[in-house]
Amino acid sequence: MIMTLIAVDWWLILEKGVLIGGIIGLSFFIAMYTTYAERKVAAWLQDRRGPNRAGPFGILQPLADGGKLFFKEEIIPLASNRFLFILGPALAMITALLTSTVIPWATPFVTKGGSVIPMQVADVDMGILLVFSIVSVGVYGIMIGGWASNNKFSLIAAIRGASQMVSYELPMGLALIAVLFLTGSLKMSEIVTNQVQHGWHIIYQPLGFLIFFICALAECNRTPFDLPEAENELNFGYHQEYSSMKLGFYLFAEYINMFISSAVMVTLYFGGYDIPFVNETSWGLNSFWMSFLSFSVIMTKIAFFLFVFLWIRWTIPRFRYDQLMNLGWKKLIPLALVNMIITAAVILLLNK
Amino acid sequence: MLTQRAKQVDRKPMTFLESIYLWNILKGMGITISHLFKKKVTINYPEQTRSFSKVWRGLHVLNRDEAGRENCTACGLCAVACPAEAITMEAAERLPGEEHLYREEKYAAKYEINMLRCIFCGLCEEACPKDAIYLSQSIAPANYGRKGFIYKKEDLLIPHPKEEPEAYQKALGEKATIN
Repeated sequence: MIMTLIAVDWWLILEKGVLIGGIIGLSFFIAMYTTYAERKVAAWLQDRRGPNRAGPFGILQPLADGGKLFFKEEIIPLASNRFLFILGPALAMITALLTSTVIPWATPFVTKGGSVIPMQVADVDMGILLVFSIVSVGVYGIMIGGWASNNKFSLIAAIRGASQMVSYELPMGLALIAVLFLTGSLKMSEIVTNQVQHGWHIIYQPLGFLIFFICALAECNRTPFDLPEAENELNFGYHQEYSSMKLGFYLFAEYINMFISSAVMVTLYFGGYDIPFVNETSWGLNSFWMSFLSFSVIMTKIAFFLFVFLWIRWTIPRFRYDQLMNLGWKKLIPLALVNMIITAAVILLLNK
Repeated sequence: MLTQRAKQVDRKPMTFLESIYLWNILKGMGITISHLFKKKVTINYPEQTRSFSKVWRGLHVLNRDEAGRENCTACGLCAVACPAEAITMEAAERLPGEEHLYREEKYAAKYEINMLRCIFCGLCEEACPKDAIYLSQSIAPANYGRKGFIYKKEDLLIPHPKEEPEAYQKALGEKATIN
């Protein structure tokens, strides 16, 4: 017993623990400030000023919003299924947070002792597939929440959400396959190093990126694909019956999903933590500054994508349901297939 | 077809490029991003206030002359002119020794304007022969009860020009430069 305890690499557990805590904290922080950014960007795009009362420039606004949600009365409808009603938002939150495990956040950090600490919670072989499988579980958060509410609108929203997510996962996966042709590996770390060596995938896969991006919007239930929420048709859809922090969890999970899907897009198509146009390894920085620099680079890229998410939301209205399905099945899937076949053919021709 | 401006709606089926909506969405995004760089017209109200127009008819002020004596003689012309019947007053006779308080032999012992009735038309200002009442460049603030909207003489009187010259100038506002 003692021997096995000694055999466990406690340093590894500590290191991963710190990393996991850091990433979860970061996700919450970013999600908080994305809600703030959402309101600010919305205001700017609509010639308004946005929240500016809480603290300088209103930067304490997300804290005030969160505090408000915490202190609100928690209502569980009598006719709802109590267990599933609580499970719904929990599941949405857990799946949103889980996806961040395989994303490489920075270049590995080398300690003075010479051991290498990768800035990634788990560099599993199935990498990107893990992301996809967890994202598909995410639909259960909406399904269960909508069903357990015992409300017609919520149920319709849940069904809409499920069908939308299933339809848009297909072109997303097909677009991804073209990327995997280029890298030959599912590992996130190798996808990034491949891009550092051969240039970003966006150069080779512009159409693939576009399809992936549109599908990412749909997976996050963002406008123009926010049919499950559809406040003016379905009364906020699947979270209509939710109140207090359970509602907060749903809303928060959406923002964390946005953050993570931005991170995935950056990793897959925009070189992850790679700095464009320069060879940063020749600068001779020590590994701490290197990690720090690459981390700030990936965060900048993510911030840009988050902005694009918000920008799109405040530009275009929601699709009709038939438009949504037509776009997904009749336009994006054929496009993704063509993209995949062309990529495969070109790679075969060049004998890569 | 009277105006010749009616346009026939284009009902052609969408081409493939149109049906993936991309170009139109990009155009829309161009429009929204251009608004990001536009000047905001909003005024941050409690910190900044919009200046009133020179002809703004706001809260009433009962005027004093340069020596700080009240102009009003309680003639009642303003009350008669008032279409909303918002003004009431009671006259009193000036006693010996009060010459520094009231300009003429008769003065208003009580002068009330009901701000809930007042329509800020400015007819009282026009009716006044003594230049005793005018509408300033401010607004009647909110209040908790109806009673609070009945402004007494002490609420309406302009600050004393000798004792509080700064407050006096402020209360005069830009109206002073016009008259």
